[in-house]
Amino acid sequence: MRYLPLTDQDRQDMLAAIGAPNIEALYQDVAADVLLDQPVDLPGFKGELEVDQLISNLAAKNLGSGAAPFFLGAGNYSHHIPAAADHLIQRSEFLTSYTPYQPEVSQGTLQALFEFQTQVAMITGMEVANASLYDGATAAAEAAMMSCRVTRRNKVILSGGLHPHYAEVTATNAKFLSLDVVTNPANPESTEDLAAQIDDETACVIVQNPGFFGQVRDHATLAEACHDKGALLVVVVTEIVSLGAVLSPGEMGADIVAAEGQSLGNALNFGGPHVGLFAVREKYLRQMPGRLAGETEDVEGKRGWVLTLSTREQHIRREKATSNICTNSGLCALAFSIHLTLLGEAGFTRLAQLNHATAIALADKLDAISGVEVINETFFNEFTLRLSKPATAVVEALAARGILAGVPASRLYPDNAELENLLLVAATETVTPTDMDQLVGALEEVL
Amino acid sequence: MSTASGNRALQLEEKLIFEQNSPGMTAVDLPNPAELTNVESRLGDVARTNPIGLPGLSEPQVVRHYLRLSQKNFAIDGGLYPLGSCTMKHNPRLNEKMARLPGLADIHPLQPKATVQGAYELIDMTAHWLKVLTGMPAVAMSPAAGAHGELCGLMSIRAALEARGDGRQRVLVPESAHGTNPASAHMCGYKVEAIPATEQGRVDLQALKDKLSDEVAAIMVTNPNTCGLFENEIIEMTQAVHDVGGLVYCDGANFNAIVGRVRPGDLGIDAMHLNLHKTFSTPHGGGGPGAGPVVLSDALAAYAPLPYVVHGEDGFDLIEHAAEAGDNQPYGRMKGFHGQFGVMVRALAYMLSMGSDGLRQASSDAVLNANYLMAKLGDILTPSYDGPCMHEVLFDDRFLNDTDVTTLDFAKAMIDEGFHPMTMYFPLVVHGALLMEPTETEGKATLDEFVGVIRTLAEKAQTGNAEDFKQAPIYTPRRRLDETMAARNPVLTYKPDQAAAAE
Repeated sequence: MRYLPLTDQDRQDMLAAIGAPNIEALYQDVAADVLLDQPVDLPGFKGELEVDQLISNLAAKNLGSGAAPFFLGAGNYSHHIPAAADHLIQRSEFLTSYTPYQPEVSQGTLQALFEFQTQVAMITGMEVANASLYDGATAAAEAAMMSCRVTRRNKVILSGGLHPHYAEVTATNAKFLSLDVVTNPANPESTEDLAAQIDDETACVIVQNPGFFGQVRDHATLAEACHDKGALLVVVVTEIVSLGAVLSPGEMGADIVAAEGQSLGNALNFGGPHVGLFAVREKYLRQMPGRLAGETEDVEGKRGWVLTLSTREQHIRREKATSNICTNSGLCALAFSIHLTLLGEAGFTRLAQLNHATAIALADKLDAISGVEVINETFFNEFTLRLSKPATAVVEALAARGILAGVPASRLYPDNAELENLLLVAATETVTPTDMDQLVGALEEVL
Repeated sequence: MSTASGNRALQLEEKLIFEQNSPGMTAVDLPNPAELTNVESRLGDVARTNPIGLPGLSEPQVVRHYLRLSQKNFAIDGGLYPLGSCTMKHNPRLNEKMARLPGLADIHPLQPKATVQGAYELIDMTAHWLKVLTGMPAVAMSPAAGAHGELCGLMSIRAALEARGDGRQRVLVPESAHGTNPASAHMCGYKVEAIPATEQGRVDLQALKDKLSDEVAAIMVTNPNTCGLFENEIIEMTQAVHDVGGLVYCDGANFNAIVGRVRPGDLGIDAMHLNLHKTFSTPHGGGGPGAGPVVLSDALAAYAPLPYVVHGEDGFDLIEHAAEAGDNQPYGRMKGFHGQFGVMVRALAYMLSMGSDGLRQASSDAVLNANYLMAKLGDILTPSYDGPCMHEVLFDDRFLNDTDVTTLDFAKAMIDEGFHPMTMYFPLVVHGALLMEPTETEGKATLDEFVGVIRTLAEKAQTGNAEDFKQAPIYTPRRRLDETMAARNPVLTYKPDQAAAAE
């Protein structure tokens, strides 16, 4: 058993040192009738090669984005990850260290988190950001709960352009806290009037930009409407690359930004692990969930970093904490940060422009097909098609031809006949002209 | 002695990325075909016009930056990391290789179900192992970490109670519990009440019984507990809770002590999270990502969150919406998409490698190693409780009485000796706690070396060298850092103006 260094002789010697006759003696506090006398009914020990073959066989049953023209998004995007980013996060010192509770031997992680926080604050246009949450959906739920703490109100209004998973996670978290969650219906045309719904009980309005169906909007007017009524504006971003081209939530007047950072540094991973980004106005800092790295000095006056403001957190405050979160997405945050450092201002802006241009080229080609209409006036790298047939059947027919064409809206809104023909299509920098031609050709055949 | 550069041989000073900015530089070369970029924007009136301020670096600079940062971290790959309750065991590299396979890393959660059957099968296989190991009939796979699993389990409990019209409001939590337990109960809308511990470091069964009533929704018990002890009256505890109609949540952070030896399902547990990043060897990554699947008893199996994998007519299927759940009554979704799939891949690679026999041996070795530390250190440190421990051993600071050396000072001195400190000041039920968890992936020679160093330090502390301890650590990239200053004047982002003004 390659992961276990003790020899049988070691075990005997150690039991002798302890003064125990056998290992069972160390389990003496377990009632005899529940102490198992043999291994449970599962397969036995395997060598590395066997495990590799077994899991590789499972992987081979899936059609990956690397093996097909690929156009799925809906909150999880396929981007090129620079080789250096994935290499660096596998440095043992990053990969196999714990949460940096001992700052003198964790300055690497702490400095990287401080840089991450700064990058997140910069691109979202906010003043402070935390050291990550689990994902965008849980970040949105935390934003809702935080808004209720800040405003001492109980009502949360969710835009119909919010990712349905984000809305569902927020509703789940609110369920047993007596929070009133108002979920607006799916809104592909982006026509809802949220300002009219804000009242004296409203803690926050949560909108997404670009919206779930792809539209980009300026939410500055909504921010003003929120602030006039003493409510907060939470802006969700599920495609963080968009912030290289689109006005930031901070510039629109957002109070909290809850975002998904997967697009930078992190693979699709079948939906997880991802990295939740959470940024706020400084005045709300002490109601913020999650860890924070902060600058300080050591006893010699040298600059260094520590985890700080932990009096907000569960290990100090227990049931009075701002959240129960402990382990977050440290390594995914590092991958995000390294990718963004590699890009820099020029690369990040360029990557966003390239995504936008690729999506425009694809949208124009698809819109020209009979039976296909692009419903968006605006979009970044993802838009919604109205097909002449139900989208699910079309996507399955295209998958049978080796093309992963997009996400049918009905996958997320199963009982909404009006959305049945809608298909979300994303085009990142990984999409080639050949991919586009294959999609166009196959779609013409299938429709 | 100082150097001209501030560097000390292999320890290199490293500025922030923002202080290494070459404006316009990028380490990612992207194509620039004119036909793609000479198009009219579809961003409407929300195109960004202001610069962001991100620094520009070349690839060699970036690689060097993060390599230098990495060298300022202690890691389990480098040495013993006996953080009690955190289970810093070896992280096999096979796990990393498997998680990056094409067909696993590059699949999208909303692909047509026929194109990801292998992924559903992998989730189902991982779930099967977890159910058999715990002796529980169901498992919720989507929680992202231990605390998220606690919330998931409590929500299952609350959903099940409310389904029978039962609006109980109280959750009992031992005072030795992880801080996440009461925080999770609060997030589930419950009122938290503490249960005291006995002098033997266990839940006070009588005190528990005194607090039980038809107002108690659940107890949250950690077993093995945070003192590193098996709750020897666990069956009586779960029985008593069930007798008043309550349910039992178990914090499974310490399951690694009993894998293959005790099944929580045999103890009367109704819900328990499993930290895949502790018990099942997936890396901690400096603070995540983890995964916290929650095994559920028959009483709770119908009240799991969405989504979950089932065996369908045409292979595996994924239940994503309440309307598809049939007789089940899922309370909703806890996380975007399907959970921490990449972490599940790693945990499965570990479980398949170890096998049923290997997992049982691992927990036995973990317990053996902790008891060996207690045997070898028990005469000079002060073990908090008599009798064998489980996978971790708890000492308190009585051995430092009258020395002017604190637990913190002692821990910082360990750093200079090349060891990561144990968990300090937790659990709260003993004074100046030192909680050591060696794990099964340490050999006897490493433990003997560690014992030698700890004995030397303890003797040194007891013979009047307090000032040396107060100075420690001295060989680290930074010496003791001022946490009060950090909290009093929070500097949480780099601000170029302030840096310039300070110069």
